[in-house]
Amino acid sequence: MANPVAQAGRDARLRHGWWRSNRFLILRRSSQLLILLMFLSGPLWGVWILRGNYSASLLLETIPLTDPLMMLESLLAGHWPAWLVWVGTAVVLIYGLIGNRVFCGWVCPLNPVTDLAAWLRRKLGLRQSASLPRSLRYGILIAVLVGSAVSGTLLWEWLNPVALMGRGLIHGIGEGALSWLKGLVAAFGAGIWLIVALFLFDLLVVEHGWCGHLCPVGALYGVIGSRGVVQISAEKRENCTRCMDCIHVCPEPQILREPLLLQKGAPQVASDACIACGRCIDVCAENVFEIKTKFHYSGAKK
Amino acid sequence: MSQQRDKTPARRRFLRDAARSAAGLAGIAVLLGLQQKQSQARDGLALRPPGALANGAFDSACIRCGQCVQACPYQTLKLATLLSPLAAGTPYFVARDIPCEMCEDIPCVVACPSGALDPLLTDIDQARMGLAVLLDHENCLNWQGLRCDVCYRVCPQIDKAITLDLQHNLRTGKHAMFLPTVHSNACTGCGKCEQACVLEQAAIKVLPMELARGQLGEHYRWGWQEKQRAGHSLVPEGLTLPARGAKGGE
Repeated sequence: MANPVAQAGRDARLRHGWWRSNRFLILRRSSQLLILLMFLSGPLWGVWILRGNYSASLLLETIPLTDPLMMLESLLAGHWPAWLVWVGTAVVLIYGLIGNRVFCGWVCPLNPVTDLAAWLRRKLGLRQSASLPRSLRYGILIAVLVGSAVSGTLLWEWLNPVALMGRGLIHGIGEGALSWLKGLVAAFGAGIWLIVALFLFDLLVVEHGWCGHLCPVGALYGVIGSRGVVQISAEKRENCTRCMDCIHVCPEPQILREPLLLQKGAPQVASDACIACGRCIDVCAENVFEIKTKFHYSGAKK
Repeated sequence: MSQQRDKTPARRRFLRDAARSAAGLAGIAVLLGLQQKQSQARDGLALRPPGALANGAFDSACIRCGQCVQACPYQTLKLATLLSPLAAGTPYFVARDIPCEMCEDIPCVVACPSGALDPLLTDIDQARMGLAVLLDHENCLNWQGLRCDVCYRVCPQIDKAITLDLQHNLRTGKHAMFLPTVHSNACTGCGKCEQACVLEQAAIKVLPMELARGQLGEHYRWGWQEKQRAGHSLVPEGLTLPARGAKGGE
């Protein structure tokens, strides 16, 4: 019997304790915060771990990192990027191949905002949702790339709320609370309304609307990481009690349908949409899910 | 599941309507907010950092990483936000607020990973961020015959980018005017003159190149330059042109 949406994870907490039923969430928030702090330590204390922002950065003054979508847009818009950008993209691609959409779950500064909207939705019992096809993001991705080539500008960057959120947080610092606040207002500018609009869109209009349906940055990471090494697997799916807790918390619940509910094919969850957030592992009272690497399965036939 | 919820259609309808109107209202509020933000656009023109590629090329090259902004020791550079006239995330500065201090090692250009700020720029004096233009003769103190001279004094390229040109003061009939005059072959567009201008609104402003400069027609030649180059006049000396009166020639 399905549990109420608002109580997703309650069974796991009662049975396995608070840490066990929240550990991936805590780890993920720590990761997001840590990466933001690595960006902020330079401007704040002069310790430069990451220079730049989520669009492109320099790690420890040596390793460049570049958002692959940014790089593709720039290339298509007619600029042959400097070697530093190429190397940076290569580095991010390698990390994209390691994880599936780990950027979305573990790095993206916008994720806490959309997660908050999804959490509020569950707690307030807002089930109403306009329906958008999940594949829309790939359409947007293609439109952005073609548009960049046609217009000669980085089309998505006029809007990109992921980059915008990062810029606001990273470049809005100041000394003292008041100047920091002023800095944030200046760095976000009108962009803060876009973030508010996204939050309300996710909360009131479409469930998991932004990250799950529209964002082309996540879509590209999904494409890159579809052969990702990290995988969530419904290892002990025979123990599933159909409490639906995992489906209720999963930002991409459609990918749990086959391996878990229908018990069809391999128990591994497809990588292209999964953000490897591990929340399903947290909330499952029956310990159905595990996080594994692909190498774990090499040679083993299922 | 949907049948279950259909048992309370009134509650369901209420929730749906409430959610939809809230979303609609939020959408309108956001639009209005954006509108208002846009109408509060700051005064002063946005200029690009030194070495920036020409407009379109810069927009496609810049990867919005903000490393130039972080490298700037004077907090001159800022990143554009949504709805600014520049592409969101690209660097700019407003000369009237904080001008470019023209660092000799040009840290912003060194920091740029994409080549949007041209790494070939190594001499800051060769930078062309814009061109200072004395826009308002009517309010410029020097043009009234006073000795303000501030723009001239603060110019890092004093006597090269800005000179004071002597002219007779017709108003008093016996004094001189020292007119600040900008020379495009030396002005880097750093904006120190604009920032220092003592007026409430600067009379001298740095404009983006394409706004600041005129351009001769392709076919047009300055006669005196051609004369100098050729060593003699290109038209016969003492040429008499036909007089064109109301009755004209035949």
